[in-house]
Amino acid sequence: MDEPLDSVDRRSFLQLLGTGLLVTVAAPEGWAQGAPVRTRILLNEDGTVSAFSGKVEEGQGPRAELTQAAAEELRLPVERVLLVMADTDLVPDDGMTAGSRTTPANVPEMRRAAASARELLVAYAARQWNVEAAALEVQGGVITGPSGRRLTYADLAKAREAVASLGEAIRPDVTLTPVGGWKTLGQPTLRGNARDMVTGAHRFPSDVVRPGMLYGRVLRPSAFGATLESVDLKPAQAMADVVAVRDGSFVGVAAKTSRGAGQALEAVASTASWKEAPPPVSNQNLFEHLRAHARRNEARTEQKGSTAAALAQAVHVLAESYQVAFIQHAPMEPRAAVAEWTGDRLTVWAGCDGPFRAQQHLCEELKIPRERVHVIVPDMGGGFGGKHTAEAAVEAARLARAAGKPVQVRWTREEEFTWAYCRPAALVECRGGLDAQGRLVAWEFTSINPGGAAVSTPYAVANLAVSSVETDSPLRQGSYRCLGATANNFARESFMDELAAAAGADPLEFRLAHLQNPRLAAVLERAAKEFGWAARRRQVSAERGVGLACGTEKNSVVAACAEVRVDRAKGLLQVTEICEAFEAGPVLNPAGLVSQVQGCIVMALGGALSEELEFKDGRMLNPRFSRYRVPRFRDVPKIDVHLLDNREIPSAGGGETPIIAAAPAITNAVFAATGVRLRSMPLRGDALGKA
Amino acid sequence: MTVRFSVNGSERSVSTDTERKLLEVLREELQLTGTKYGCGEGQCGACTVLVDGAPARSCLLPVGAVAGKSVTTIEGLARGEELHPVQQAFLDEGALQCGYCTPGMILEAAALLKNQPEPTDEEVAAGMNGHLCRCNGYVKMVKAIRRAAATTRGERRG
Repeated sequence: MDEPLDSVDRRSFLQLLGTGLLVTVAAPEGWAQGAPVRTRILLNEDGTVSAFSGKVEEGQGPRAELTQAAAEELRLPVERVLLVMADTDLVPDDGMTAGSRTTPANVPEMRRAAASARELLVAYAARQWNVEAAALEVQGGVITGPSGRRLTYADLAKAREAVASLGEAIRPDVTLTPVGGWKTLGQPTLRGNARDMVTGAHRFPSDVVRPGMLYGRVLRPSAFGATLESVDLKPAQAMADVVAVRDGSFVGVAAKTSRGAGQALEAVASTASWKEAPPPVSNQNLFEHLRAHARRNEARTEQKGSTAAALAQAVHVLAESYQVAFIQHAPMEPRAAVAEWTGDRLTVWAGCDGPFRAQQHLCEELKIPRERVHVIVPDMGGGFGGKHTAEAAVEAARLARAAGKPVQVRWTREEEFTWAYCRPAALVECRGGLDAQGRLVAWEFTSINPGGAAVSTPYAVANLAVSSVETDSPLRQGSYRCLGATANNFARESFMDELAAAAGADPLEFRLAHLQNPRLAAVLERAAKEFGWAARRRQVSAERGVGLACGTEKNSVVAACAEVRVDRAKGLLQVTEICEAFEAGPVLNPAGLVSQVQGCIVMALGGALSEELEFKDGRMLNPRFSRYRVPRFRDVPKIDVHLLDNREIPSAGGGETPIIAAAPAITNAVFAATGVRLRSMPLRGDALGKA
Repeated sequence: MTVRFSVNGSERSVSTDTERKLLEVLREELQLTGTKYGCGEGQCGACTVLVDGAPARSCLLPVGAVAGKSVTTIEGLARGEELHPVQQAFLDEGALQCGYCTPGMILEAAALLKNQPEPTDEEVAAGMNGHLCRCNGYVKMVKAIRRAAATTRGERRG
């Protein structure tokens, strides 16, 4: 999810002519500076307010947060804010939903829009009543003036001049409600459509049904990198009600039922001839491959002092490397889209993180201008950084054009595991030196492949050389929840633990002695206190260990303590407890944030203990849940979450960073119990028996 | 072939290949899209429905196997506007995030509570272990199911 926001460019936005009439017009470049209030806030005659955001809801919580943001500044209960999201005809382009940016960037923008709207409406009322705006109060969507005068938002929605005033620009310097005065932000809030989730009424992207819609399937290569030599569509085309199409390397079918489409696809696949050139890399020799192809001379580096000189003088020198396997996001809803052509205009309902990026992608692939492409992203079934691309949208659009009917494409779980991009594998090489007092004097950290997230160390050290190195990835890789930060933090926090052991220091004391970031120290101390670190560290046995780790990324800080139970003879490694403290500035939605932290911890357990994509000869060997194990109910340890509500800084996003602390805390706990250091994720209990 | 079965209390007949999976028939013939595809191998529970009151994985079940039987999907669980106690408890605990696994979870939990009206946390986890969620840490779901158990007991006494 680490990607910059899309640059501002030409896009459509809402313009209100008179009252209630919506038209879409092309906006000049750079309009986001001083965009009209009504691009985000519109009054409805029933007293509700519509708010508009280009962000996507996929379970991470922006619908609740953005609704709270608008409600707070409009002085409305959340029930009266109707949030419209991710529809290219209706909302501003807010870029990708990525990088934990909604909280620090889009929530403040929504607040500025709503506060600007409130001020404009108050100014209108003041003009009507010929009083000072400062004399008016707004509460519950009612503006109250001297001698009991009242104007409701419903009244204002019918007042042409009031509505027209929302054409004024959003004021960048508008006064926002201070944290101490929050009534709606800071309160536990459910997404507005939660009831539709428990009744089954909500239509996810894969649930969209259009009149006459067909179900589509796409022919996938026989192996990674295989090219299509020939294929015969006739057997499929001979089947009743089947459309089969080839367009270059794209081959797909559509039928009245999914079963019919599956049968047609089998008929096509049986005629296909592929030229395979599978890469000689498998998950067995992956890390040798990553190391061999590392482009070290192109690395992005950070340097201070001289590590060579410091290592030469150090009393203890340690050198270790750490590995992290490729894993998949495996959102519960695979990627899906429905495409419908009306004349030369295309409408697509798609599960993806960037409606405007999908629109652009569709324009390029289908060679049609942007104003003829309408993308809607219904609240979708999970993403975790895995749905930045919109493959299913393009596939559905191609098939729909060929069929002359709406077509749905929903990837199978096997397609999702095999053809969606995965989280990068990682190889991280560490070297460190300690002086006679056990202080860290040299730090070399070379991170190959996962990317630069959290590659910098938060620990004080006079001599360092940190680099993020690219290499040749045998699998299609891309964004993921906190992306490379998990691998980099796993390596760093494991290695810090090894250094602490070499220094004969307590892992907590060793970290605190070197930490420069007071926020990080605060969460570490909080987690340790809640967990009972000092006492439990003394009770460590060969069967039961405790460990801790911390980290920072995306302007938030996290620390975790873990307890593990191990049985070396049986190769058993079980996590029995995770206690995590997290701080991301003022908490906007405590219920949502607790869910996100708990969810991060459990997702982290998957990568830490069991998840690994196995591949060989250009084929995925375990592309299904029966062979790729993600955490289940019974895998959940005791989980204890502590949120620190730091009101001194702006709010940061909370959906990613809480994932980075669990794995190193676990491996450190295993070491505490057994003296065996597991340096490869997933951490395997059977490796303990052999050690 | 025509397959007749009851869905959410209504008698339905569907002309279809009897080997076609119930999941597909519910979604594509009856437009009951609350039942979700997640894996196609009975591993994730997103497609769970109740067949004569017992949870079944509709992605594996040929529609012919439910002929003459009674199927309950998520759309049929509430009584009008009144949510089933498990649905209400998932809302009250905020035990959902993206919501895609939610229908299957709720149906399984409703069946679980019929057989085990006072489950412990461990019994809930064991009963729900066939259901995957990727957003949430399962903690709130366990709480929600135990909350539903408590409200159901309260209703029975009351």
